[in-house]
Amino acid sequence: MAVACLKSTDISVARFSEHQTLPPAAREASTATAIALAGVEKWYETNDGPVHALAPVDIAVRSGEMMVLLGPSGCGKTTLLRMIGGLIRPSSGAIEIAGRPLWQNGARQGEAVADLGMVFQDANLFPWLTIEDNITLPLALRKAPRPARRAKARDLMQLVGIAGFEKRWPRELSGGMRQRAAIARALSYDPDILLLDEPFGALDAMTRDAMNLELQRIWGETGKTILLVTHSINEAVFLADRVVLLSPRPGRIDTVIDVGFARPRSLEVQATPEFQQIVVALRRRLTEIA
Amino acid sequence: MTLVDTARPTAKRFDRRSLLPWITTPLLVALLIWLWQAYVRGSHISAFILPSPEAVWSAWLDLLASPRAWEHAATTVYETVIGFAWGLVIGVGLGVLIGRIAWLEKTLNPFIVAIQVVPKVAFVPLFVVWFGFGVTSKVIVSAVLAFFPILTNTVLGVKSVDIGHRDVMTSLNASRFAVFRRLELPSSLPYIITGMEVGIVLALIGAIVGEYLGGNSGLGYLLIARMNAFETDGLFAVMLQMTILGFIFYFGIGLLRRLLIPWHSSAGLEREP
Repeated sequence: MAVACLKSTDISVARFSEHQTLPPAAREASTATAIALAGVEKWYETNDGPVHALAPVDIAVRSGEMMVLLGPSGCGKTTLLRMIGGLIRPSSGAIEIAGRPLWQNGARQGEAVADLGMVFQDANLFPWLTIEDNITLPLALRKAPRPARRAKARDLMQLVGIAGFEKRWPRELSGGMRQRAAIARALSYDPDILLLDEPFGALDAMTRDAMNLELQRIWGETGKTILLVTHSINEAVFLADRVVLLSPRPGRIDTVIDVGFARPRSLEVQATPEFQQIVVALRRRLTEIA
Repeated sequence: MTLVDTARPTAKRFDRRSLLPWITTPLLVALLIWLWQAYVRGSHISAFILPSPEAVWSAWLDLLASPRAWEHAATTVYETVIGFAWGLVIGVGLGVLIGRIAWLEKTLNPFIVAIQVVPKVAFVPLFVVWFGFGVTSKVIVSAVLAFFPILTNTVLGVKSVDIGHRDVMTSLNASRFAVFRRLELPSSLPYIITGMEVGIVLALIGAIVGEYLGGNSGLGYLLIARMNAFETDGLFAVMLQMTILGFIFYFGIGLLRRLLIPWHSSAGLEREP
């Protein structure tokens, strides 16, 4: 089992120069690159002057990869994910989704956004829609006919493990089930990429373990590219092909680690010395940078 | 791996406390009528000042038997409903605009506050002067009175849309219209209906106050006519008729609430940790 040993210099991400466009090498590989960030940076204007939320970041997320952004609070990991999701505009730098620029002439590009499915910390289901209608909301926005939406909802609810709850209101479901529905909603229009912002952060530890297993299974069955944000080291190492550790003030990439455990991983992998070795190293590094 | 999650049951529970008003309310009403009756008997008060409950009851039955009285009621219902409808359309329309467009709210807010503070019934004579003694002036009074609670509640509703819900629509690249139709409108609906509950009662008040001042039709007119004829029992009967009308309108909106927002119950919307 190939577990990369951890050194703070072990940065396996290509460092692009801070150009507005991607260097040719990255462009050539764009078929295999789901998300490419070059010099993406964020400043916030506040009453106390500008705040540097995120120093220029270069990341290339491979197609089909499960990448986890890990970091302490205030490291800009959510800001980074929201920029990739098109919810916030970067102050500078370029974001490409499957080789297409996310922003062009100051406008978010619908084609690029259509490749992205977002899941938030809160399920954010609409309380006035049934679970079925919540899941197929993106299809309703695309004017898909009702029978097609019904069929899609049935399949997705099977996939995420909440079949039979089609006609329920969101408030009738537990937190974990609502989050499953939110994942189903993000999958409904079949985007290639899932962006998850601390999706299980509000759940209890047991539900969280179950959801991590479920996410791994869904990822295996759908073959999506997944970029997940968390502040849980265990969750990061358990889920990730690569863990990207961010350091705060301003947010920047500190370390990138390959995690090579065989798939599908069971919860028992967490008890292995190799797993613990990565966790301990990450924890040490986190206390250094936090 | 089995599911750890289980659905929360949402069975409605009827405990004794929720049944209590169904017993106490009729009892209290009966007690009040009995006290009224006892006072009229004991004090030998003039029937011009305070008629007995029986006299009011028979005057009310006369009212129900009189086709002319039904025409008066129909006039008042018409004025209230049409006035309320105008207040609703303009209130929701303007409310959505004000709630969404910050500069519009900043510009209009001083005027809205100013008009809120002015007792709007003060404008009734002016409307009579402008629009005559007919139905039109009463419809306008109704509309003006119903408009404000609907407007302010709509603004509040549109501004209370959940940020997370907005994120969902943004991440789906939804158009402005889609955001309005699929998010802002349903999310504001509980607020709008609360405004409507206040608005419908105010619309009825507007119609009646308008009728007091002029014209020859409507329950307000009938009430003044009874007063001028010293038919105090008839006056009470018209008041009862107005009260019943108010209840019907109010519960009509309550029914609308159940039909339009079944998802929004007092038990709903809270989140589990």
